[in-house]
Amino acid sequence: MIWNKSKECMSRDEMTDLQGKRLHKLVELVYHNVPFYREKMQALDLNPEDIQNIEDIKKLPFTTKQDLRDNYPIGLQAANQSEIVRVHASSGTTGNPTIVGYTRRDLEIWKECSARAFTAYGVTRDDVFSVGYGYGLFTGGLGAHYGVEYVGATVIPTSTGNTDKHLRLLRDLKITGIACTPSYALYLAEAMERNGMSREDISLRVGAFGAEPWTENMREEIEARLGLQAYNLYGLSEIIGPGVSYECQCKNGSHISEDHFYPEIIDPDTLESLPYGTTGELVFTTLTKTGMPLLRYRTKDLTSLINEPCECGRTNVRMTRIIGRSDDMLIIRGINVFPSQVESVILDMPEFEPRYMLVIDRINNLDTLQVQVEVRKDYFSDELGAMLQLRKRLADKLKSVLSISADVRLMEPNSIPRSEGKSVRVIDKRQLK
Amino acid sequence: MTIKQISVFLENKSGRLNEVARVLASNGINMRAFCIAETTDFGLMRLIVEEVDKAVQALRDAGFAVILTDVIAIHCQNQPGALSKILESLAQEQIFIEYMYAFAQSERADVIINPNDREKCLRLLQEKHPDIL
Ligand SMILES: [Zn+2]
Repeated sequence: MIWNKSKECMSRDEMTDLQGKRLHKLVELVYHNVPFYREKMQALDLNPEDIQNIEDIKKLPFTTKQDLRDNYPIGLQAANQSEIVRVHASSGTTGNPTIVGYTRRDLEIWKECSARAFTAYGVTRDDVFSVGYGYGLFTGGLGAHYGVEYVGATVIPTSTGNTDKHLRLLRDLKITGIACTPSYALYLAEAMERNGMSREDISLRVGAFGAEPWTENMREEIEARLGLQAYNLYGLSEIIGPGVSYECQCKNGSHISEDHFYPEIIDPDTLESLPYGTTGELVFTTLTKTGMPLLRYRTKDLTSLINEPCECGRTNVRMTRIIGRSDDMLIIRGINVFPSQVESVILDMPEFEPRYMLVIDRINNLDTLQVQVEVRKDYFSDELGAMLQLRKRLADKLKSVLSISADVRLMEPNSIPRSEGKSVRVIDKRQLK
Repeated sequence: MTIKQISVFLENKSGRLNEVARVLASNGINMRAFCIAETTDFGLMRLIVEEVDKAVQALRDAGFAVILTDVIAIHCQNQPGALSKILESLAQEQIFIEYMYAFAQSERADVIINPNDREKCLRLLQEKHPDIL
């Protein structure tokens, strides 16, 4: 099912045309209403008239999370306060939170995009849907809520926190759909098993998961334990909230509502635009928002774009699974290296424990990359030759993925700390010198 | 005869060998023979001990990666040429030694052999040098 065929299945020419027109209007709006953007454009000697089609977007300045912090609380707002009908805020782990004001029109757009997502998952008016995202300043709860309601399903605003009650409602109300974080879905599955319930006791058939990175393995596990089809739901409050992109039944990339949110992929180092299929930092321009519209907002999420028609019939560009954050990018011998690339190679080889440490150094003016891994118990050999062979296999794979060679170190069991945050996986000694 | 050899994976950093010895000693386990094979960043310590199961448990509890391998132990006279005779007859039968190590005490030498074909090696030794097994 497709919620809005005219927008989700547009031809590329029509879409490009629409995006160009909307971009022009957006630039006029921010130029006249947001001093921050006017000054940035003036510094680049740019007038709104210089932006006529979507290709012109490359002339425009970027917006970063730091810009939002520097203009706290509402410096980037384009609408008058009287036009703002809702405010959300994203939690800032450091510094100021990000305040996002929505006009009535913004909320309509958000509801529309969220409804597209839930329709793509197969949700209809016959579903009973539990929204297990937090309700409040966080956009997850209300964003999913309005989309599900717009589709016509029954919304149960369970929110987070009360797992026992959630389980009881799942069972007693024969809830068929759920939206929450993938880790909460796994937690629910555990709680269910603890309470002596099985997937036969509940009626879940569809799940919308997002707000944190997750993997294909987690999808399989959630689907098996809760007995549902699990789909990705992507969004970020700076742009609008959940519904910026969503998977369809094909589960092969998330379709972006690109008539509202124009995506670009850039090299986070050089800021150059990258072609379809290349991994880099995802950047969004909110083509239609009026509350706090953003030009070329750098999400720091690393992904790539697919511009091929999808089997579901939608033509909107898809983004692949997010593989990490651009903050984590390392430049080694001039090559961009993401720890997540190393991780994917290691996870693919059963001989190694799924943890690693990267040590980067500069020796005689040459960057060195050392990858420390632990060999799994079952794969140890008493023969040096076999161990060296294993090390070489990993080194060869890393070389083909990273394009630079890495010095692989085989480590003793449990000598590498279990990965909790990304930071502990990388030691960059170059910064210490 | 065939005996169990313990192989311990070690990073090449100071104190690790000592740690293996300390774990064994504190469990009252006597090392009869050992050798070390190493590369620049890791090594394998191969050990012959009296109480194999106890040693494996103690080392695993101490966090070491440990595996057991079947190897052949022979005894020969601690005198010039004794070993070379044995090795010669192995070579004639196309049996190659992956690695070996030995230790001698007074007139007897114990030699640990890991051949490419253990069964064949054992058969041959039984046939030609029954006194050494
Ligand atoms: Zn699709």
